[in-house]
Amino acid sequence: MARALINVPAKARKGDVIEIKTLISHVMESGFRRTQTGEAIPRDIVTLFTCSYNGEEIFAAQLYPAISANPFVTFHTVATESGTFEFKWTGDNGFAATETAKIVVE
Amino acid sequence: MNETPSATRRQMLAAAGGLGLALIVRPAQAQLQANPVALNAAIRKVTGGAKLNKGRVHLDVPPLSENGNTVALGVSVDSPMTATDYVKAIHVFSEKNPQPNIVSVRLGPRAGKAGITTRMRLADTQTITAVAELSDGSFWTETGHVIITLGACLEDVI
Repeated sequence: MARALINVPAKARKGDVIEIKTLISHVMESGFRRTQTGEAIPRDIVTLFTCSYNGEEIFAAQLYPAISANPFVTFHTVATESGTFEFKWTGDNGFAATETAKIVVE
Repeated sequence: MNETPSATRRQMLAAAGGLGLALIVRPAQAQLQANPVALNAAIRKVTGGAKLNKGRVHLDVPPLSENGNTVALGVSVDSPMTATDYVKAIHVFSEKNPQPNIVSVRLGPRAGKAGITTRMRLADTQTITAVAELSDGSFWTETGHVIITLGACLEDVI
C-alpha cells in the first residue's frame, strides 16, 4: 500500500471554502527513460485521482507522465456538512490506493 | 603541389559526416519532443475547435527552475463558482515534453474556488499553456514561460 498524506482541516464553518492537500508516494515512471543498456523503462504512473465528499465526486484529476514523482495535488471545496472525504488513486499495473479523512462542519 | 583537391575532399568528408550525424540525431529528437502541432492537436481535442479567449486564467509557474523534475504549477480561474456559472475543467499543456498533456482536472460548483496546484516535469525551457472550460461552454487560456537549467528525462540513467 502506497503511503498517502492528506491535509484536510479538522473543523470548518458551513459554507467555508477549504483547501485540501494530497500527496501519494509513487515513482511516476514516465516511460520515456532508458536504462544504460538502452532498454526502455516501461511506464508506471498514477493515471487518475478522484475525491468524493460524502459519496459525491467533487474533484477528479487525470494525471500524465509529466507529473512529478510522488504526485502532489491541492484543490478546494465548500464545507457543506460533516462527513468523510474519500481519496482514490488508480494507475498502471493495477495500482490502487484509497484514503479517507473526516471533517466536522459547524 | 596543388592543395585544392585535398581541401575539397576534406570538405566533402566533413559535409558527409555532418549529414550522417544529422540523419541519426533528427529522428531521436523528433520522437522525444512534442511539437507545436501535437500541442495544438491536444488543445483542439479538448476545445473541439471552439474559440480560445485570453484571460480569466492565472497560471502560476516559476520563471526559472533549476530542476525540471519538480516544477511547481498553480492554476486558478476567475469564476464565482455558483451552480449556474462555474469552471468545468482545467487542462495544462506543455510545448516541448514528449507528450503535450500535463494534467486535466474536472471541477464542479462544489469546488468553491477554481484553484489547483501540483508539481510537474519539464523536459526543456518552454511555454506552458493552461486552458479552462467554463459551464457556459467558453474556453479561456493563459500561457507562462519557464526556463529549465536541467531538464527531466535526460539525467539519472539507471
